Amino acid sequence: MLKIKNLHCNINSIPVLKGLNLTINPGEVHAIMGPNGSGKSTLASIIAGNENYEITQGSINFSNNDLLDFSPEERSHLGIFLSFQYPVEIPGVSVSNFIKTAVNEHKKINNSKELTSTELLKLMKSNLKLLDMDPSFLSRSMNDGFSGGEKKRNEIFQLAMLQPKLSILDEIDSGLDIDALRVVAAGVNKLRSDSNSFIIITHYQRLLNYISPDFVHVLNDGKIVKSGDAKLALELEEKGYDGL
Amino acid sequence: MEKKDEKKIIAEITEQSYKYGFVSKLDSDTIDKGLNEDTIKLISQKKGEPEWMLEKRLNAFKLLKTMKPPNWANLKFDEIDLQNIIYYSAPKKKASLKSLDEADPELLKTLNKLGISIEEQKRLTGVAVDVVIDSVSVSTSFKEKLSELGIIFCSISEAIKKYPELVKKYIGTVVPPKDNFFAALNSAVFSDGSFCFIPKGVKCPMELSTYFRINEAGTGQFERTLIIAEENSFVSYLEGCTAPQRDENQLHAAIVELIALDSAEIKYSTVQNWYPGDKDGKGGVYNFVTKRGIAHKKAKISWTQVETGSSITWKYPSCILKGDDSIGEFFSIAVTNNYQQADTGTKMIHLGNRTKSTIISKGISAGNSNSSYRGLVQINRQAKNSRNFSQCDSLLMGNKCGAHTFPYIKVRNKSSVVEHEATTSKIGEDQLFYCNQRGIGNEESIALIVNGYCKDILQKLPMEFAIEAKKLLEITLEDSVG
Ligand SMILES: Nc1ncnc2c1ncn2[C@@H]1O[C@H](COP(=O)(O)OP(=O)(O)OP(=O)(O)O)[C@@H](O)[C@H]1O
Ligand SMILES: [Mg+2]
Repeated sequence: MLKIKNLHCNINSIPVLKGLNLTINPGEVHAIMGPNGSGKSTLASIIAGNENYEITQGSINFSNNDLLDFSPEERSHLGIFLSFQYPVEIPGVSVSNFIKTAVNEHKKINNSKELTSTELLKLMKSNLKLLDMDPSFLSRSMNDGFSGGEKKRNEIFQLAMLQPKLSILDEIDSGLDIDALRVVAAGVNKLRSDSNSFIIITHYQRLLNYISPDFVHVLNDGKIVKSGDAKLALELEEKGYDGL
Repeated sequence: MEKKDEKKIIAEITEQSYKYGFVSKLDSDTIDKGLNEDTIKLISQKKGEPEWMLEKRLNAFKLLKTMKPPNWANLKFDEIDLQNIIYYSAPKKKASLKSLDEADPELLKTLNKLGISIEEQKRLTGVAVDVVIDSVSVSTSFKEKLSELGIIFCSISEAIKKYPELVKKYIGTVVPPKDNFFAALNSAVFSDGSFCFIPKGVKCPMELSTYFRINEAGTGQFERTLIIAEENSFVSYLEGCTAPQRDENQLHAAIVELIALDSAEIKYSTVQNWYPGDKDGKGGVYNFVTKRGIAHKKAKISWTQVETGSSITWKYPSCILKGDDSIGEFFSIAVTNNYQQADTGTKMIHLGNRTKSTIISKGISAGNSNSSYRGLVQINRQAKNSRNFSQCDSLLMGNKCGAHTFPYIKVRNKSSVVEHEATTSKIGEDQLFYCNQRGIGNEESIALIVNGYCKDILQKLPMEFAIEAKKLLEITLEDSVG
């Protein structure tokens, strides 16, 4: 599904990723861990198409498309979803209006019929339930004045609405209390399937207790320095990155 | 009145201007360029005005000669040559095209995007429309409805002749000619405009809009509006329309005067979309407007404006809160793109006790444009326990545009409170990227973000107007990013 080869990138002419390789097959869940500043969010942004990063070498292939030729919105239409580490506030735009716009843009591109307001509302309500969120959420402004945890739930809520093929969750666990973590993880698990893949960026092994990964990678200084299965996360928890 | 009836009436009445001889009669009737006493006498004579009106005009002209255009605004433009303007020209004959196929395709594209009906498109582009239903009777029923209630709604020219006592009593009392250069100019040469009178205790049952007015053609340049709401009455008035208004007259100088007597309420909404000039800023309208209302005891005046047009906008709808417990409101969205310049804001003058004012201004600048908010809140010594809340937000798109805020606050007593908040934000790349990531393209994203930003104010507009204004914002900002 996703094949990243020898990826190098700069931001403001400073190299951040320095030869990264990663292959993800349909249905797999990959966890990416690594110290602060190692390039995890950068990788996520690049897959999503953020144009602030200059790709100097390498390639990204997604479902037989040369991803680097696609704009961020086209990548979204291809089925890539990024749950942001820091979700952005859009004052005055209600959650429901935002999601309606996003969902219908997807429908338009795929030549399927746009959803009516009633259909949308029904879908939104069932997904809110999945994430144990109050319907009053829908009329609040996008992320405006949301608590850290509410922002994260709102990300997963959008994920549930858009049904992407590849979801990148950048520190979905930061800012969540234990109960919320459980709810969000359960939501993600419900969305797992043989055809949907996930990249889960996290600092904490605890999240991986709830969403068990098929692979764990350690990113350091712009490269994947170690890969393994779920046990690697436990090892890291015990020994730290220096112990590798 | 039913929505449907209202629509029908609009359609019928707007068609009438073609039927009435007025337009064709004056068709070739234009006077020479230049401004002197004779020009003014000629204007007054052509309009068949009474002597007192001519006198007012001539006095205004005397004042004008001693005045200079204001230069304090944050605007750059070439000096205006008053001698190079034609002050009286008959309304253009509009019904000159045979079908919409002959109209400017660019204009049609915009009209379509605005969702304006085919019939209305024909009217706006100047296509002759067949009148099927007897329009006289429809317009009469509309007029009847208003006159049953004692409401007068007609052109100011008509009012000067038919209701001289009312006009004489109020015209120039809120915006006297000496107020500023453009006010003096308008007072001397105003072409036409609206007059509206709501008697004691009457709530006007429909939005009064310039659409309804029969003598609408050709009143754009020096428009004069006078609205009087007697004790305990209410009126909501709509000015302008969202369709782009092209006009070869570059200089526009309008005056609007509102008088709200005790416990009356006037809600005045404007959507201004005069031609802004081309992408390089050439050829747009200079719009210098003086709008002011006076609120007596417990009266309320509220100005809502969506300003997207003109190459230059100079406009400060203001309230004089004369009576105790009177209320003034100003809600504004000003959008500038390309080389447009806007210097707009309000003045709230608190004279009465416990007077309240609210100012919410949203400026949006894109391209190479410049937008300034200029507001004065003045609370006089005797205006005890008064309050003002002001919020002025600016939104920038790109790096070449500018936004400026000039708040002037003068509070002359200790019991009053003034709160002022100002923010400047940029449509962040991060906001755009966030929307993009969800599959929403740039244009759609900007529309979403801008509409969100303006939400508070769009909500103040009458429903149908608000929907049009929303689309208008989107169109104005098209191609402004990327
Ligand atoms: N917009 C930017 N401008 C300048 N430097 C940047 C920018 N974005 C990222 N960087 C730099 O790139 C490096 C990688 O940052 P990135 O956000 O990818 O780290 P991370 O692994 O996600 O860290 P964390 O665990 O703290 O979230 C850091 O050194 C960071 O300072
Ligand atoms: Mg990060």
